[in-house]
Amino acid sequence: MVYANFLLMKEEISLVTVIVILLIYDIFGSPKSLKYFQPTACILVGIHILLNIWPSPDVTAFGGMYHSTAMGGVMKSILSIGTLLVFMQANNWLSSERAIIRRGEFYMITLATLLGMYFMISAGNFLMFFIGLETASIPMATLAAFDKYKQKSAEAGAKYILTAVFASGLSLYGISLIYGTTGTLYFEDIPAGLNSSPLQMMAFVFFFVGLGFKLSLVPFHQWTPDVYEGAPTSVTAYLSVISKGSAAFVLMVILYKVFAPLVNEWQAILYWVIIASITLANIFAIRQQNLKRFFAYSSISQAGYIMLGVISGTAMGMTGLVYYVLVYMLSNLAAFGVIAVVEHRSGKITIDDYNGLYTTNPRLSFVMMIALFSLAGIPPFAGFFSKFFIFAAAAQQGYYVLVFIALLNTIISLYYYLRVVKAMFINKNEQPIARFNSDNYSRASLVVCSAGILLAGILSIVYESIGMFSFGM
Amino acid sequence: MNFLSLFVLIPILTMGGLFLSKNLQQIRVVVATGASLLLALAVGLVFAYLGERGAGNTAEMLFTADTVWYAPLNIHYSVGVDGISVAMLLLSAIIVFTGTFASWKMDFLQKEYFLWFNLLTIGVFGFFISVDLFTMFMFYEVALIPMYLLIGVWGSGKKEYAAMKLTLMLMGGSALLLVGILGIYFHSSTTGALTMNLQEIAQAHAMPENLQHWFFPLVFIGFGVLGALFPFHTWSPDGHASAPTAVSMLHAGVLMKLGGYGCFRVAIYLMPEAAKELSWIFIILTGISVVYGAYSAIVQTDLKYINAYSSVSHCGLVLFAILMLNQTAMTGAVMQMLSHGLMTALFFALIGMIYGRTHTRDIREMGGLMKIMPYLGVCYVIAGLASLGLPGLSGFVAEMTVFVGAFQETDTFHRVFTIIACTSIVITAVYILRVVGKLLYGSVVNEHHYALTDANWYERFSTIILIVAIAGIGLAPLWLSDMIRASLGSILAALQ
Repeated sequence: MVYANFLLMKEEISLVTVIVILLIYDIFGSPKSLKYFQPTACILVGIHILLNIWPSPDVTAFGGMYHSTAMGGVMKSILSIGTLLVFMQANNWLSSERAIIRRGEFYMITLATLLGMYFMISAGNFLMFFIGLETASIPMATLAAFDKYKQKSAEAGAKYILTAVFASGLSLYGISLIYGTTGTLYFEDIPAGLNSSPLQMMAFVFFFVGLGFKLSLVPFHQWTPDVYEGAPTSVTAYLSVISKGSAAFVLMVILYKVFAPLVNEWQAILYWVIIASITLANIFAIRQQNLKRFFAYSSISQAGYIMLGVISGTAMGMTGLVYYVLVYMLSNLAAFGVIAVVEHRSGKITIDDYNGLYTTNPRLSFVMMIALFSLAGIPPFAGFFSKFFIFAAAAQQGYYVLVFIALLNTIISLYYYLRVVKAMFINKNEQPIARFNSDNYSRASLVVCSAGILLAGILSIVYESIGMFSFGM
Repeated sequence: MNFLSLFVLIPILTMGGLFLSKNLQQIRVVVATGASLLLALAVGLVFAYLGERGAGNTAEMLFTADTVWYAPLNIHYSVGVDGISVAMLLLSAIIVFTGTFASWKMDFLQKEYFLWFNLLTIGVFGFFISVDLFTMFMFYEVALIPMYLLIGVWGSGKKEYAAMKLTLMLMGGSALLLVGILGIYFHSSTTGALTMNLQEIAQAHAMPENLQHWFFPLVFIGFGVLGALFPFHTWSPDGHASAPTAVSMLHAGVLMKLGGYGCFRVAIYLMPEAAKELSWIFIILTGISVVYGAYSAIVQTDLKYINAYSSVSHCGLVLFAILMLNQTAMTGAVMQMLSHGLMTALFFALIGMIYGRTHTRDIREMGGLMKIMPYLGVCYVIAGLASLGLPGLSGFVAEMTVFVGAFQETDTFHRVFTIIACTSIVITAVYILRVVGKLLYGSVVNEHHYALTDANWYERFSTIILIVAIAGIGLAPLWLSDMIRASLGSILAALQ
């Protein structure tokens, strides 16, 4: 073993360093100095992002187990930025009386799942990928159950871990079948052994389930609404963007790199999964009252849109997907930021509670509105551009009917997003949520998200610089 | 920086100014300045354009500017104008200007109202100056979404229903449109160098005819929804009836013209073979729009519904004329867009003013208003006469040109539908005269109406500008029709 190999994994090393520093600080810091835990965590993650913002060229280590591409670096940066935003929004909740003693754990567990996602993205071997998947999944269950004294949170944790373990098991079974038919687990060698025999098709489907669960694609979405509703709001935000985003990245990379010979088969599977995800989730979202459930269904349908980038199998699709995830992350985190602040101040979480919010909290309503418009794909917000590019990528490969169905669904989604806008701006309320000032961390994160939503589309450099690192099949 | 971009920049700056303004006084100063600058710019543009053409510049688009925006997809921010877009920009500027003054007395959330109003303005102007399909589509959508809040918050009646219906139907149209645009984009060139530039796509003319048959209906219906194409017009009566005055003006006056302009500039220009093949389907549909809209207007009792159905009829005539695919009818189509834009804006402005006084729009509850508010009454009669096509006003010029153009198509099918469409002139006269008679003449129905006052300064100001424009086109239409006619060359060449 060449120990110098470890130095090649600089993104992972720097993240581990952050975790270790936080661990030492949490254990040995005096109660007085722990006051600065939150800013320290944010600053450390910020430094980590800055150190790795420039993607390094291709690196292969440990005989091909670890394979990091420049695109992987871009994906990791996007996920880290999202995590930083979640940390900023979580401060309110973590400072509350019952959560503050376990505050350190939240940061470390969250960063551990992020580390798992890093390894998934840089895996060059299915074992490595599986370890990453588990590292990203199991701690997530503890996060979902973080408010364990609340029944719903504990329930969410249990539901998550049971479904996650089941999905991982299926995935692992699929991987074993791949090993059985091709004789290797290395990504580079597998394509040569793939010949779309029924056994390999079965292997692929089982493998797909594992990531389909993390992405919460229909029909693997059943856990999503309950877990999203029960988990603490910041954890829900993390689940809905970072966890989902990482799964989308990994699925795309593996389909492009490993399953390229089965392209016709997986395109056929994805085709129907996309239609089912987008349509069913949209129909369910219409009836939701609880905003967290509402965003759960919205995120299922967004996952369907994200998959439109994968189905094309081109570099344009990859750029579109990564850009879409970035924009989706900013929009969803803006929305969850508002939900978290409102929930913290008033304990209210349903759409009806938001009636007349504009009269008392105009700025928060405005942020929520641009987040929803961006999710619905309305210009001049970034969501319009990301939808356009991902549709263009699918249409380029001739999927006009699929794009058309997806577009019809954007109308349904606009309907339910407008329900929230209507509640805030149009509906009258005798006793709207009282006026309040949000804390500086939440405010800063909302400013970043709003600026991103407004500028990420108009400034073409975001899309173009992602495009520099993309590759097709 | 190209001065056409000012059309987008001025509303953006106005929005910035609105953010900073502290009280109603400042808000009014900001929006009035913005709207006046836009109007001055549009008038200046007309003179500059005519000057360039007079100096012998025969380029298809003038004052062009081009900046690469999204290099990987070859999307540009590309602007330029020809005679048709100049005419539409002038129309938009006039209506934005008068609409701003019609909203002078907006009584709550003025700042937000004008913010959305200006966002709508950005979309409209951006659409007309764009030469690039992507930016065109983007501005088109920018113009749609402010409508939801403008109607939902500041509207009246069943505003929430109307706002949602309008938004969803128009987004449905834009969904069709987006598929069409992607189709055009991926077949924009035979060499593989894809482009979004309208002129380049038209020149390359690379889309095979069998694909045109798929994408032409998508694009035409996509824009047609906004242009009130039967049976996709149902958003329009509800939307117009519920919207606040200035929004109805802008929506019926300008936004519906986006539909006609798009059908013309995108659907027919880029897919001419399919346009020739499939025009018969849409001629039937627009023929129904024209007659059905007019008949529906007869039985309505709400002033805004009458005018909204009348708009369906008149906008149907625009699409009908475009589909005749000849020079005269197309010139007439653009004239009709201008004429309808101006007179419908005048109608909605007057209805808003009357409603502001009587608090009803039901014609059965009003009567004899001519005695009480003669100024508004006379304006209403002028608008009505323009609508039914009295010579000397803009409606006559436009409809005359349209029907002369339509009669040039001599086959039976076109002849039959032209005659059917012509009957709308008579039906229009029926509903206009009915309203004028019921509303303005006869005895006063409600005693309280005697206490009402006539128009005040800002109302007079905005109506006079519209009336001058209507009469101006009616009395001296030649410069305008020449400007439009000269710009049709490339579309007609594509249709050959």
